[in-house]
Amino acid sequence: MLSKRVISCLDVRGGKLAKSIKFVNTQDIGDPVVTARKYYEEGIDELVFYDITASSDNRDIMIDVVDRVASCIFIPFSVGGGLRTVEDCTKVRLAGAEKINVNTSAVANPDLINEASVALGAQAVVLSMDVLAVPVTAQIPSGYEIVTHGGRNRTGLDAVKWAVEGQRRGAGELVVNSIDADGTKQGYEIKLTRMIADAVTIPVIASGGGGRPEHIYEVLTEGHADAALIASILHYGEYSIRQIKEYLRSRGIKVRI
Amino acid sequence: MISIVDYGAGNLTSVKRALDYSGIKSQITADPKELLTAERIIFPGVGHASSAMKTLIERGLDTALKNAFLSGIPLLGICLGTQIILGHSDEGDTECIGLIEGNCPRFDLKDKSLKIPHMGWDSIRILRDHPVFRNVKPQDEFYFVHSYYPQPADKSTIIALCEYGTEFPVVIGTRNLIATQFHPEKSGPAGLEILKSFSSWDGSPC
Repeated sequence: MLSKRVISCLDVRGGKLAKSIKFVNTQDIGDPVVTARKYYEEGIDELVFYDITASSDNRDIMIDVVDRVASCIFIPFSVGGGLRTVEDCTKVRLAGAEKINVNTSAVANPDLINEASVALGAQAVVLSMDVLAVPVTAQIPSGYEIVTHGGRNRTGLDAVKWAVEGQRRGAGELVVNSIDADGTKQGYEIKLTRMIADAVTIPVIASGGGGRPEHIYEVLTEGHADAALIASILHYGEYSIRQIKEYLRSRGIKVRI
Repeated sequence: MISIVDYGAGNLTSVKRALDYSGIKSQITADPKELLTAERIIFPGVGHASSAMKTLIERGLDTALKNAFLSGIPLLGICLGTQIILGHSDEGDTECIGLIEGNCPRFDLKDKSLKIPHMGWDSIRILRDHPVFRNVKPQDEFYFVHSYYPQPADKSTIIALCEYGTEFPVVIGTRNLIATQFHPEKSGPAGLEILKSFSSWDGSPC
């Protein structure tokens, strides 16, 4: 039986590690490769590198980060941020990333999901979605809307419908990031995660709000998630990966230790 | 020197990087002649069985692999490489290389809550000792991404199993051939141990 995965997300800006709190203020906190290697040694199951610079002049810096990561870290990792074309995706993949991660660019051009899936295989395409809780309307029946640009732009897309469409178009995995919970450390958006996990057959990675091991336990059980993404609680050394995994194992969750 | 077979199927550099990091010399090659004189061969791969076989045949690598196997060169198959060393794959109803007799069926699981592909970290159950697995510990887990799995005709070629709704073979081997459904190059320190053991394996099964 597959283990539940604990994944860490490293936000990268201009080749440096950053963690955004509520997506507004970002503060550089180190070299992504050094941090990634440390997490690898401590037993992280997978890594996500998100390029939040997202400007074209920084592309090569990111490719260099990917290349350095792939040379010293031997677990799957994905790369996202500013990948607008299949060529962008292929370049990242050739630099050594197992998976590519699309978000805003897939909302703007949903065919990118199909094209990347054909070019790289569905297992290599992760659709990441930023989600905001909104009042239930005819257009947004789930009460969760897809947003972009860190929550500044509303898209009018219903999150559950978008998840299903992403799967249909060939995404192999989903990251469900709650903008409301992100950076709060008050726990994942359980209801949102479960609604999406139950609507698709591909793995769902819960993101945003993980502050304690109990939160991870909740989203992997009640939230029906296959994996949980953690960031600040690791980056600021509040918990080690080992502590988190031992806690999960003590509660009966199968994890790799 | 390990020769990594290049047939345009996926991320060959991942295997090369893992070997580089472990201080093991390797080269990526698409030249059938180089395979026949190789010290050891890694046959990796991600992708579709039929397009992989098409490229292998075009490049004359299917015959080279067969001859390399017969001449006793230690050979490690990975993922798609493991599937297409069997005689047939249900993926695209493809005739494959046939170093081991058998077929690659798709997962057909009764429990519909189990997702396909089988993707992520999973434990394995080793049925018999093998030099390439000598440093694998019972709690080690490995990284899988696959919808098909190898089913050799001769059960004695099964070295390890994995359980996912059903028990299925994940390591198969005979003589100088060993093949894993999981990705040792993406399975952390436990996976690197397998690559290291392979790099010093003389090709005898025990």
